[in-house]
Amino acid sequence: MTTAVVDEARPRGITPPWGLGALAFLVLALLVGLGVGPIGIAPWRILESALHIGRPLPHIEDVIVWQLRAPRVVLAAMVGGMLAIAGGSYQGVFRNPLVDPYLLGVAGGAGLGATLVIAYAGDNAQLVPPAAFVGGAIAVVLAYALGARSRSSTSLVLAGVTVATFTAAVQTFVQQQHSDQLRNVYTWLLGGFSTATWHDVGVVTPYIAVSSLVLLLHRRVLDVLSLGDEEAAALGVDVGRVRLVVVVAATLGTAAAVAVSGLIVFVGIIVPHVIRILVSTSYRAVVPLSLLVGGGFLALTDVLARTVLSPQELPIGVITAFFGAPFFAFVLRNVRR
Amino acid sequence: MIELVDVSVTLGETRALRDVSFAVARGEWVALIGPNGAGKTTALRAICGLVSYDGSIAVDGSEARTLGRRRLARAVALVPQLPERPPDLTVAEYVLLGRTPHLGYFAAESRDDRTAATRALVRLELSPFRDRLLGSLSGGELQRAVLARALAQEADVLLLDEPTSALDLGRQQQALELVHALRDDGLTILSTMHDLTLAGQYSDRLVLLDRGAVVADGPASKVLSAANIASFYGARVRVLADGERVFVLPVR
Repeated sequence: MTTAVVDEARPRGITPPWGLGALAFLVLALLVGLGVGPIGIAPWRILESALHIGRPLPHIEDVIVWQLRAPRVVLAAMVGGMLAIAGGSYQGVFRNPLVDPYLLGVAGGAGLGATLVIAYAGDNAQLVPPAAFVGGAIAVVLAYALGARSRSSTSLVLAGVTVATFTAAVQTFVQQQHSDQLRNVYTWLLGGFSTATWHDVGVVTPYIAVSSLVLLLHRRVLDVLSLGDEEAAALGVDVGRVRLVVVVAATLGTAAAVAVSGLIVFVGIIVPHVIRILVSTSYRAVVPLSLLVGGGFLALTDVLARTVLSPQELPIGVITAFFGAPFFAFVLRNVRR
Repeated sequence: MIELVDVSVTLGETRALRDVSFAVARGEWVALIGPNGAGKTTALRAICGLVSYDGSIAVDGSEARTLGRRRLARAVALVPQLPERPPDLTVAEYVLLGRTPHLGYFAAESRDDRTAATRALVRLELSPFRDRLLGSLSGGELQRAVLARALAQEADVLLLDEPTSALDLGRQQQALELVHALRDDGLTILSTMHDLTLAGQYSDRLVLLDRGAVVADGPASKVLSAANIASFYGARVRVLADGERVFVLPVR
């Protein structure tokens, strides 16, 4: 018994190849995002410019890469990473792999907030992100207040559905009353990064950074929750508090992401699932890898959104849903459980 | 080691436990028996803090509800009757989850934690299964994995809820022998059990619950009387005694 134990029990976690692979995917996606467009710029030249080595880019290319494309690419990556890590964490905390970060009504609330501003505040586009953020946050607080009384996570989910249904009803009503603004509302709802600026990046960075950090720190606790509320509690975990902290963190980050990008569907489901299938179902892998892969995925999707019909833009939500739905059908058919 | 004094639990409208008092001494194995709905599982859940109760439950001299979740989980490990088994966790990962009460909220397992989990795997002869997924284990192997997780918790008290309910006769005996062997490591055991013969043969003492109250407490030869079983289980049985051992046989 006292002999040195050579082969210790270890969690699988993230193996170096997967970790490095995910990081490489993100970097590659960022380079593609910066390089692809009406004026193509080779990835090594972007790298040289980023690291201030070699010959600097000509002024025009420098502006295109760092003032036009970079904020857009960075914002897409941040939003994608946030939606994916929030989706993965929601799935853990509700022990339901089909849940997405919009479960508790963030999307409905944000949609309502944005619609109200677009309908009543005229052309004041500046107000849309804060209104979406506040609307999303209020919706989740409402859902939590409605559903947290009972201890089961099912009642919380039902409360989320209730709030989402109600906000959707109000939003549709407002929209019908202001049909002249219909197109603006729809454009916002379908999501996109065409107006992204460094200012947007600066505004959402604190939310997304704090939220991601909190979720990353919970990756092991989420594995404990996979044993169910009762057994997790018997292992000394305060399940109610963990659920609250994870939901608050995921919601704040998601609301910030939605505020600057609109409603981008499926990222929060597809990305964590790909990681579960390829790497491991342990949240030690799902949570951190979702952040990296989600970021790369949405940055690449955004490239498609602006190039497929160039110079016209496709709403990015159309692309994630177009690829997301068939992918999801594939997952449902092939992953038994 | 564990002492319940006048413990009552109300679940919704029903009083699941009424003024239950009994004690389990250090190193002892006590079996909680009684018909369905007598409150056996509720008693275990109250001890590990999963339901609130009136009265007092002392664990190693301190009142359980003042200990705090993590300290309580370091003192008392629960093996539920139907444990969740996330099918894609490896046995090693699953057993490591037993270290949770020893870890800070955000901490990862240290070398000591991994060593403790490894010890538990070795103790239950699960080393070859370390990297197998839970979903691929047989009932008996899974039962050992659950026990290993509880052992990794390094609590002095093991609460077992129907540890043999999903096992065939041979596995039942193997599992109980295993639990018996664990007592050599100084563990105190409180288990609920359906099979009265096995309960009588493996435990030191039996506590018989009926409708939430203790109706008998003592050695098998005293508690497992045909009269007790007839009045509390509503069952017709013959009780055969062979020295210290008692056999409860259903009779048609």
